[in-house]
Amino acid sequence: MTAEATAAPEAAPAVLVLEDGRVFRGRSFGARGEAYGEIVFNTGMTGYQETLTDPSYHRQIVTMTAPHIGNTGVNDDDPESGRIWVAGFVVREPARVPSNWRAQRTLDEELARQGVVGIAVPGTRALTRHLRDRGAMRAVISTEESDPEVLVERVKAAPEMKGADLSGEVSTTEPYTVHPPEGVPTRYRVAAVDLGIKAMTPQRLAERGCEVRVLPAGATAEQVLEAGPDGVFFSNGPGDPATAEDSVAVLREVLRADRPFFGICFGNQLLGRALGLGTYKLVFGHRGVNQPVQDVHTKRVHITSHNHGFAVDAPTDGPFDTPLGRAEVSHVDLNDGVVEGLRLLDRPAFSVQYHPEAAAGPHDAAELFDAFCALMERRGAGDSAPSAPSAQPETAEK
Amino acid sequence: MPRRNDLNSVLVVGSGPIVIGQAAEFDYSGSQACRVLKSEGLRVILVNSNPATIMTDPEMADATYVEPITPEMVEKIIAKERPDALLPTLGGQTALNTAISLHESGVLDKYGVELIGANVEAIQSGEDRETFKGIVERIGGESARSRICHSLDDCLAAAGDLGYPLVVRPSFTMGGSGSGFAHDEAELRRIAGQGLALSPTTEVLLEESILGWKEYELELMRDGNDNVVVVCSIENFDPMGVHTGDSVTVAPAMTLTDREYQRMRDLGIAIIREVGVDTGGCNIQFAVEPSSGRLIVIEMNPRVSRSSALASKATGFPIAKIAARLAVGYTLDEIPNDITAETPASFEPALDYVVVKVPRFAFEKFPGADPGLTTTMKSVGEAMAIGRSFPEALQKAMRSVEKKGVGLTWEGEPGEKDALLEAAATPGEFRLRQVQQALRAGASVEELHRATGIDPWFLDQMALLEETARRLAAAPQLDAEVLRDVKRLGFSDKQVGEVTGKSEEVVRELRDALDVHPVYLTVDTCAAEFAAKTPYLYSSYDEETEVPQGTRPKVIILGSGPNRIGQGVEFDYSCVHASFALSQAGYETVMVNCNPETVSTDYDTSDRLYFEPLTLEDVLEVVRAERLTGEVVGVVVQLGGQTPLGLARELKAAGVPIVGTSPEAIDLAEDRGAFGDVLARAGLPAPKHGTATSFDQARAVADEIGYPVMVRPSYVLGGRGMEIVYNETMLADYIERNAEVSPDYPVLIDRFLDDAIEIDVDALYDGRELYMGGIMEHIEEAGIHSGDSACALPAVTLGHEDFERIRYSTEAIARGTGVRGLLNVQYALASGVLYVLEANPRASRTVPFVSKATAVPLAKAAARVMLGSGIAELRAEGLLPAEGDGGTLPMDAPVAVKEAVMPFNRFIDRHGEGVDTVLGPEMRSTGEVMGMDAAFGAAYAKSQLAAFGSLPTRGSVFVSVANRDKRSMVFPVKRLADLGFTILATEGTAWVLRRNGVQADVVRKHSEGPGPDGEPTIVQLIHDGAVDLIVNTPFGGAGQSGPRLDGYEIRTAAVVRGVPSVTTVQGLAAAVQGIEALVRGDIGVRSLQEHAESLRGTGA
Repeated sequence: MTAEATAAPEAAPAVLVLEDGRVFRGRSFGARGEAYGEIVFNTGMTGYQETLTDPSYHRQIVTMTAPHIGNTGVNDDDPESGRIWVAGFVVREPARVPSNWRAQRTLDEELARQGVVGIAVPGTRALTRHLRDRGAMRAVISTEESDPEVLVERVKAAPEMKGADLSGEVSTTEPYTVHPPEGVPTRYRVAAVDLGIKAMTPQRLAERGCEVRVLPAGATAEQVLEAGPDGVFFSNGPGDPATAEDSVAVLREVLRADRPFFGICFGNQLLGRALGLGTYKLVFGHRGVNQPVQDVHTKRVHITSHNHGFAVDAPTDGPFDTPLGRAEVSHVDLNDGVVEGLRLLDRPAFSVQYHPEAAAGPHDAAELFDAFCALMERRGAGDSAPSAPSAQPETAEK
Repeated sequence: MPRRNDLNSVLVVGSGPIVIGQAAEFDYSGSQACRVLKSEGLRVILVNSNPATIMTDPEMADATYVEPITPEMVEKIIAKERPDALLPTLGGQTALNTAISLHESGVLDKYGVELIGANVEAIQSGEDRETFKGIVERIGGESARSRICHSLDDCLAAAGDLGYPLVVRPSFTMGGSGSGFAHDEAELRRIAGQGLALSPTTEVLLEESILGWKEYELELMRDGNDNVVVVCSIENFDPMGVHTGDSVTVAPAMTLTDREYQRMRDLGIAIIREVGVDTGGCNIQFAVEPSSGRLIVIEMNPRVSRSSALASKATGFPIAKIAARLAVGYTLDEIPNDITAETPASFEPALDYVVVKVPRFAFEKFPGADPGLTTTMKSVGEAMAIGRSFPEALQKAMRSVEKKGVGLTWEGEPGEKDALLEAAATPGEFRLRQVQQALRAGASVEELHRATGIDPWFLDQMALLEETARRLAAAPQLDAEVLRDVKRLGFSDKQVGEVTGKSEEVVRELRDALDVHPVYLTVDTCAAEFAAKTPYLYSSYDEETEVPQGTRPKVIILGSGPNRIGQGVEFDYSCVHASFALSQAGYETVMVNCNPETVSTDYDTSDRLYFEPLTLEDVLEVVRAERLTGEVVGVVVQLGGQTPLGLARELKAAGVPIVGTSPEAIDLAEDRGAFGDVLARAGLPAPKHGTATSFDQARAVADEIGYPVMVRPSYVLGGRGMEIVYNETMLADYIERNAEVSPDYPVLIDRFLDDAIEIDVDALYDGRELYMGGIMEHIEEAGIHSGDSACALPAVTLGHEDFERIRYSTEAIARGTGVRGLLNVQYALASGVLYVLEANPRASRTVPFVSKATAVPLAKAAARVMLGSGIAELRAEGLLPAEGDGGTLPMDAPVAVKEAVMPFNRFIDRHGEGVDTVLGPEMRSTGEVMGMDAAFGAAYAKSQLAAFGSLPTRGSVFVSVANRDKRSMVFPVKRLADLGFTILATEGTAWVLRRNGVQADVVRKHSEGPGPDGEPTIVQLIHDGAVDLIVNTPFGGAGQSGPRLDGYEIRTAAVVRGVPSVTTVQGLAAAVQGIEALVRGDIGVRSLQEHAESLRGTGA
């Protein structure tokens, strides 16, 4: 990113060039400069602020399919991390004035302030259709160079997402602790490995009485387990899970220790790899807040928040054996059958590919945090190796 | 869970006549439900009294009862059909209330009928405000502070606690009927008094005012496995205080952060669960205080609603269809998303466009009515538009609504800023235009926000339009880039012309030359994440067109646009039928329409759907896009009413082939001179007429013709401004009130045929042969608009010779004007002479009624004739009967009676009084019902029951008639006295009745006031509920409610109290026959399929 932190004048031209040569011309939005990344689309109609600050979008240029973006401005409450992570931002109609009682400044100002290059183009739908058909690819937004051929060459020199090891770039460098809010007693201690964690995740745990010790991505198994946590959590994060062998090794040790484990998104992919399963890159991924995910046992469908370009390759027709015992696919996406959750049958471990912490998105799957707490509760009660619960304990027998 | 296998038959209850607040959207939802249930192999039994609907087409159900939707009649249907289940959630409040009543009276239990799609507890807790409030509290939500009241005293006490202004909402009424804002005690007494009377449970809710808050709606669905999805969020452009049906609304919500939206979603889901809507849809309304974000739950509808129809069209998620599937046991994940075919219905649509809905009003039809918008719904229709941005969608919606004075314009001067700001402060029909003109006049977003409370984001988007117009005005030349920029914001060619001083045509040519055209994008439910299989398209000046390649020759059908009085669901019926018939005949059908309530805009109806405004520019672009992907055989303009008809000539001039009757022939029928020649050549008489451009001329013409005369301005259609004038004084008054009369705007004067029988004919002509669709005899005398008049088919008092003359005349007109397709002719039979009043070479309002009464799909046949098929061919094919037609119905054919339904109870004047209810030459009805039975009396009684509630079989009749009616009133009134009714009359009428041996009690006129011993006036008696039937014929022309006439007070009291009211002698005679049939008790039920069987059995 070579952005300068100045607001672009309203009509400054900008161009978006894809690695396959497709060009979209538009107006500059946010910072001026040139930004490279993997271009993806997000279909959420709300939550641009959460999306921008989600570390999983690191190195990605995000296209919002909803045309009007910025209507509610920017506030200091909604970010999911300390900064905007997207490499670039593509919208159709940036708001000229924000209108919301919580708005503190405009999105345009915020992007400029954080040096994030954006572009407003009419053809966001055409772009989305292009990516849907051809897959996510590298791209550049530039307000500096307007010759597409020059830009295509530069794009091709930029790194690809496949094979990218990025958790280290987004993770906290120092451990920190999130305590339960006032009035909520501490019931469990959780070690959470930050692979790109969203702020809402420790908050959701803390609300349920978890004291969450957030650890850097490079934490060793000893560091994760040293304080004797009741449970271990692996977060979401950017990059190709195939590059995260160190984290996978740590996770295997956690599992062997029969410590209750919960993973989200990248954490789910790492659980898959820890079990010896493969991961693969989806054509265009799942990014949005309307994905139907079904619990394979209860058949209940949750509308869920997604942000993943990779997925786990696992048999969906029933339990299977792994070096760490029997496991099963607990959730699938009804749109395309992609594996959305894993569960060990002989150990207290489960994970989901989607985002029960929402932010942005629906709260349908928030009960997964309760399920994690229930695992820790049972362990505390002396059940040394409880298997992971079905994800919806309350309604499972409906 | 797959479909329940314990259900074999389902009774679907429709919503009855189109009324304000319950309109065509329930034809859409009901049709979807019937189709789905039938495809599931269930026997579908349907009851709906509205013949103008697609759902009452005999193919839609196995047994279709066009019968009154009352608990008694529905019980008869249940007893006969013995359905396993009743589905009440797709027919609006009417169906829901009927189902609750059948449940409470034990009828459902008695016949073992299960209520599906909703349970009674859920309906009641959703609709009962106190229970609902408790539910909202239980799930952690907040409601407006309020009190439930059951009497006026309760209300006054509550007002003391809550303070004014207050919102008054009656329980269990539809469309917000009877609700309003009370700013003081007088208003409270009036609004709450009426609300208590309207509420079936005598209950109103008084509530703290949340005027000016932001208003939102969510549409939710839940299945039997407790999966819930939010289909759509809607944000109102107008802040709280305007009924959502009367608001400009936007989907999706535009000014909520994810946190706020999710909070609303969580509450909505918790509510649908707590209320216990087991399966199906519901709609929940929210208000948000703009400064603090305080979120309040306003109300829920535990059923499919107008908003769900809008949400379905806005998202491509067919709520009613899915609700029907859920009701028979499926879960959301088992139902495929039709649009993508590959993904399931258990998801929430993602929109990559903006939808704007704009209401259409009809205040001009109700002079004196207060045009202010309140919490009582007053709009009669709506238009929806889709664009890739709010400004584009708004602009398209504003031109879709096709009403003079409403759309955004840059013509002329904007007016004075402060006056515009003040005008915009009061919500009304012209508010958006006022806001836009204020911006033109230099008002800031801030000033407008202060004046109107409209969210600054919306106002800024409108300011963007104004800035763009200024940039356009300043542009050195109109190049492609400049044009594309303004078109992207939805500017029409006409608006571009207004700004740049060019004609619309020049702008269009310029665009053509520069190749600036819109592309068509797909409503795909998923923001392009998956490929769409269903071509449901909208235009946008965007990047990549998605119109699929055609495979067969294409016919484009132009729909009828937003519903309005005079152009309603009847025209949609004809368009949909044409689409079905032409698709079957091998054409690819392309529908263009902008009315979200209709079946025509269901993506299932035609091969392609363009959700577009029906203006020349928008239609030409659709034609262009379709021509790029295949052969366009022609465009159908004759089925959608005036809207497409008005485009015919210009479309043809632009080289678009119009199929069926040519635009020249259409013009010929409208041109008095040319049409007069056609009649003269055929030797057909027309009433004497003339044209005047001044009062003196008018007086001379009227003297020559002889009073009474019918007068109307020449420049309006649909009976606007039409009046019957009985003498010179009234003529002078009319000319004075219509001050525009001038050489440019002449007034037309026709002889008015007093005491004539009016006859309406729908026929089909292929160039060689005439097929008489039906001959309808009006029950009211000539002079009442045909759309407001009750009529009978077959004609009940005409002889064989009359039929022959009508056939001969109709054929002569068809031949003379060059009709290819449908023709509607209105005749008046007076003193043995058959006069031709007017001819319309197009589908008429009565086509669906005629089709149902005679069991012949007239509109389908018409579409085929328009594409070149002959009547003989269609007879051979079986689309038309092998022999005979609607003019040769056998003696034992059933009689069908159509009755119009009037919206008077929706309108009050600025003083809170009702508006006059007298029928006249200007159409004011919103909908219609059909009563069908073996004989006229029973058919008429059913029509009244369906339209207004039952005719009385005992009690008191009040009679007060004009002098000219006194003679003809005696016999029917005597018959009522013989049937045991007490007769009350004003002095003059009583005198005549007594002379004729009828015991009539004199009651005091309203103008006389109460008597010395407190004897009540007739108006008081009506208010006290002491009168069961009112016979009151007005003197003089209609629409003249100026002076406080007694008749006016009587008729408005009747409307307020819901007492049946007869305003013509002919109507009285029909009512007496109906009452006799009711007294005899021979009112049964019979399905259309059985009627058709009997018609076929007797060789019709």
